[in-house]
Amino acid sequence: MTPLADMGFLSSFLLIFVSAAFTDNILMARFLGMCSCLGVSKKVDTSLGLGLAVMFVTAATAALNYLVYQYLLVPLHLEYLRLIVFIVVIAAFTQLVEMIIERVSEKLYNSLGIFLPLITVNCAILGISLFMLNKPYSFLQAFAFGLGGGFGWFLAIALIGGIREKINEAALPKGLAGPGITLVVIGIMALAFVGFSGMIKI
Amino acid sequence: MASTYGKILKDGFLVENPIFRQVLGICSALAVTNLVVNTLFMGFGVTFATALTAFTVSLLRNWIPVRIRMIVQVVIIACYVMMIDILIKAVAPDIHRFIGPYVGLIITNCIIMGRAEAFASQNKPLPALIDGFANGLGYTAVLVAIAVVREIMGFGTVLGYALPARDLWWHQWTIMVMPPGAFFMLAILTWIARARLVKEETK
Repeated sequence: MTPLADMGFLSSFLLIFVSAAFTDNILMARFLGMCSCLGVSKKVDTSLGLGLAVMFVTAATAALNYLVYQYLLVPLHLEYLRLIVFIVVIAAFTQLVEMIIERVSEKLYNSLGIFLPLITVNCAILGISLFMLNKPYSFLQAFAFGLGGGFGWFLAIALIGGIREKINEAALPKGLAGPGITLVVIGIMALAFVGFSGMIKI
Repeated sequence: MASTYGKILKDGFLVENPIFRQVLGICSALAVTNLVVNTLFMGFGVTFATALTAFTVSLLRNWIPVRIRMIVQVVIIACYVMMIDILIKAVAPDIHRFIGPYVGLIITNCIIMGRAEAFASQNKPLPALIDGFANGLGYTAVLVAIAVVREIMGFGTVLGYALPARDLWWHQWTIMVMPPGAFFMLAILTWIARARLVKEETK
């Protein structure tokens, strides 16, 4: 595989996006964002709403955290503070988004409002920002990684939401209903996503 | 008094087990359970962070303004997680290389926030410390149970030691090392635990 630096701008952007969304799906392969996924994925509508919100915040905070890390923490040799800085950036950004949406569109705020506090504690978002540091990405590549990771999570929760709507009507053993069967469903979906692995290696 | 503490301990560890009962902290439960060693380090980190965060939140509970308590709690958690991150890096650099990002993700582990919110913010420091400790232990116990099965099936080892006469009878079950194996194991454990709880409740 050619190193990312040698590749054209667009192809490296696309490659990172696809690999973050499919081969390294944040939910199926990295197990992140499970809590809110299990809690919120009962219906397709809510899954879609939360998925979109998470995708937006993930892409934006990945870019922000990249800038903060490369241009503030690294020059000052404060890398060990990254955890606390990242989570504060994410929390502050979510708060900001909430305030902007409230002013701009009341309709969107009402449909999205309840999810926004959930986003801060969604580990997929912090996870993307942390995994990003393991790879020698440029700014735009980091943004692609955030966008792809967010899209992967969106895709996964939307699919699970759809399956769960059907499963709710099935007769299940008492102990298995709820989180148990959802985990089985996610396990089978994860098997499908394993099929993607090896297609792209970065 | 001692019995109250005993009850808190038992509630957190068994009756209200964070993973089965409250369905919290699943993310890291799955990611680090392919080897028992990783799981033990992760369990130690979560127990440490949960107990001390609960203690600190409880100490400060009368001074934290209600409106901004979430962000204050997140900052407290982040401080302890940073300590753990540095500690594990110093003690076991090899393991840190693998579980590093997941150690950072203890911050967003819902168990810690959940206990701080549900118990520590309304109770005295000592019971809060015990509650956090018990929940952390309950979490670790479930993780280790998953990890032992996955390591035996996936690698034929326990804590890195090979099973007796492994080459004669053991066959590698690759799926258990990969992500789907973790989902299936947790689903089975949740099923067993919940089925027992349902039975107890209907009695």
